[in-house]
Amino acid sequence: MVQQTFEGEVLTEPVVVEREFETVDMNINIGPQHPATHGVFRMVLTVDGEIVKDAIPYIGYMHRGGEKLSENLDYRGALGYQDRTDYLAAFNSEWVYVNAVERLAGIEIPERAEYVRLILAEFNRLLSHFMFMGAFGTDVGYFGTAFTWTFKERERIQDLFEAVCGDRIMYNYFRVGGLAWEPHETFIEDSHWVLDQVEVGISDVDELMTDNEVFVARCRDVGAMTADEAISYGVTGPMLRASGVPFDLRVEEPYSIYDRFHWEIPVGERGDVYDRYLVRLEEMRQSVTILRQALDQMPTSGPIEPERMPARLRPAPGEIYMRQENPRGEYGIYMVSDGTDKPWRVKMRSPCFHNLSSLKPQVINTYLADAVVALGSIDIVLCEVDR
Amino acid sequence: MVLSEFAGVSMPDWIDAILRIIFIVALMTIMAFALIYGERKILARFQARVGPTRTGPIGTLQSIADALKLITKEDVRPITADRWAFELAPYMAFVPVFLVFVPMPFTETWFIRDLNLGLLFVFAVLGLNIVGVVMAAWGSDNKYALLGGVRAAAQAISYEIPMLLIVVAVVMVAAGRLAVDGDASAAGSINSIVGDQTTTPYILLQPLGFFIFIIGMLAELHRPPFDMPIAESEVVGGYFVEYSGMRWGLFFLAEYTALFLLVVLASSLFLGGWNWPFGADVGLGLQIVLTLVKTTVMIVLVIGSRALFPRLRIDQLMSFSWKVLLPFAIIQVIANGIILSYGGADWVVGLVSFGLLVALGGLVYYIMRRKQGEGTRTVQTTPATPRVITAPEVTPVEAGGD
Repeated sequence: MVQQTFEGEVLTEPVVVEREFETVDMNINIGPQHPATHGVFRMVLTVDGEIVKDAIPYIGYMHRGGEKLSENLDYRGALGYQDRTDYLAAFNSEWVYVNAVERLAGIEIPERAEYVRLILAEFNRLLSHFMFMGAFGTDVGYFGTAFTWTFKERERIQDLFEAVCGDRIMYNYFRVGGLAWEPHETFIEDSHWVLDQVEVGISDVDELMTDNEVFVARCRDVGAMTADEAISYGVTGPMLRASGVPFDLRVEEPYSIYDRFHWEIPVGERGDVYDRYLVRLEEMRQSVTILRQALDQMPTSGPIEPERMPARLRPAPGEIYMRQENPRGEYGIYMVSDGTDKPWRVKMRSPCFHNLSSLKPQVINTYLADAVVALGSIDIVLCEVDR
Repeated sequence: MVLSEFAGVSMPDWIDAILRIIFIVALMTIMAFALIYGERKILARFQARVGPTRTGPIGTLQSIADALKLITKEDVRPITADRWAFELAPYMAFVPVFLVFVPMPFTETWFIRDLNLGLLFVFAVLGLNIVGVVMAAWGSDNKYALLGGVRAAAQAISYEIPMLLIVVAVVMVAAGRLAVDGDASAAGSINSIVGDQTTTPYILLQPLGFFIFIIGMLAELHRPPFDMPIAESEVVGGYFVEYSGMRWGLFFLAEYTALFLLVVLASSLFLGGWNWPFGADVGLGLQIVLTLVKTTVMIVLVIGSRALFPRLRIDQLMSFSWKVLLPFAIIQVIANGIILSYGGADWVVGLVSFGLLVALGGLVYYIMRRKQGEGTRTVQTTPATPRVITAPEVTPVEAGGD
């Protein structure tokens, strides 16, 4: 057999060109407007069929300069911005800020205010984890059932917050030195009632999701991180605990009055998505335990703010880093005072920003559907990532 | 059903044909509307909601309001879309589903045509549905749609095979039983199969078949836990992501019509269709009620699966079909062949099938448990013993900055 090439050269043997069938990888945009991104997060996935080969996360769509805005207002005025960083755990974020200012200015706050703060913050942890359960259920593929069931409980907690402070999301209720005003008269009874309902809600979620074979098949061994990896990425909160590190700032670096209660820290084994879910589920139960004890111990009367507060707050020059355990991890505020009535520097250390940075190694060489689940398990709040 | 007999007058064939087409379209549309309303209401009860309440008494006119909205909505076609594929795809998805209605028996005499190869016709025509889906996915020029369409095609291919094999097994059983009366060749007709179930519904003879058929049905309909082609959190709705207005409505209508059809088919093949289970002759009026009751029960099951199951992953779906369902379906066909060719009794067929079903359940359970290791709950708690309070200290600095 004689073949002629294009150059005119005559070959006596056929040329066998071995070439694999080439396919082009496809880029897929998950976000900034996509049902799975929980806000305006953008992730460009390079997929080979269904397998994710590369992932590039883009953040910053929600950047509003919260740190700079806080520096331009006096210590009390910047409180409203703290609600708007982590809007799902606004009480916790407020609490870090007021704690930092109080430490910086050396203000002692009355015991009753401390209890109210702790109770509201723990309720907010419950609320945030309920939100996680619902959104995560939707990511895994529940057609709204997990979402509606958890939102039913979230509504009850929001109703309680509304009764206390008049708002459902942006509370703006804590003050430097105490609280804005007294909680309503039936606060303790209402809280107990809400807790009764919430406990039922937690077992409902547990029964709906935990032992569901399909749910387990989707979550087991997805996005697994070892403890070392998690620490090297600066991951904190339930994600870190799911990887097997019993690190909880409420215990490691206790603030407020957490040393008065008995509770337990859930710790996972495998660090996968399923463990993260289980850790959060158990944390909700532990929060209920803390709340029951706090409600029983809480003094029924007493001041909610110090007797004397300076009209203008001018802390002595100094710096402080206050960090607390938010539902999503370590939320810290670094604050520098230069002796004037405005902070010279406010730096927010947001847990989601660091947790999100661990996304890429989790999703590479997994399926597209796993990438969505892994992203959901981080429980991001984009307002907090971008600040 | 012969309409001319039903109306008591004779009429030319072409009028009869037109009347039947109108009958099909009207009945299917009404059923689809009722199903959409029913699904929204039932799903709402599962999800601690109330569902539609504002349109008509307890929201009964919601589907009509939706349809009006869809008809009046702008029909948007993306500028880069493949025009013909995009515009024809909804019809390609919609027409086969309506065609399948022809051999469906609602009562003993109420069907369009009792086709001798009715089952073959049903699966041959219903399979065309996927062409419309792939056309929509390709024509939309959208990556999510493409992913969804490819997923749908892969899923349809993998789940139709075990489903068809199971139907073959059912036809074998039916042929064996009908041969006693002398006409085994009628075993391909759905109405004959239903007619044979006057005393014994085939779910007793082929429990494994019923199980595999339901699974295949859920996959065929893109229902959870097999809804990856239209998964909202992954591919934002899948192949119809670019569709709007009535073109989207046609996909929607096709989906619900297919749900109704497959449920009627399942109840005909396995639950005895229009028969009262113990052989009593209940008359035509009650037969339609029985059909509707059986289909309604199954529809509630399908909707319940939507409320209570998350979504499998695409590789899990495929391996479940090819590695679990297909071997079992083949074993079922072989077992039926051996038993029936040796003239085995009905109870032997049923027992073997039930044994296979138990084996399948055990296998799935074993795989799941092995995957999970020991128990599912791998989270332990350690008692929290707070250290001594060490408040972060304020570090004095010189008056910052300049």
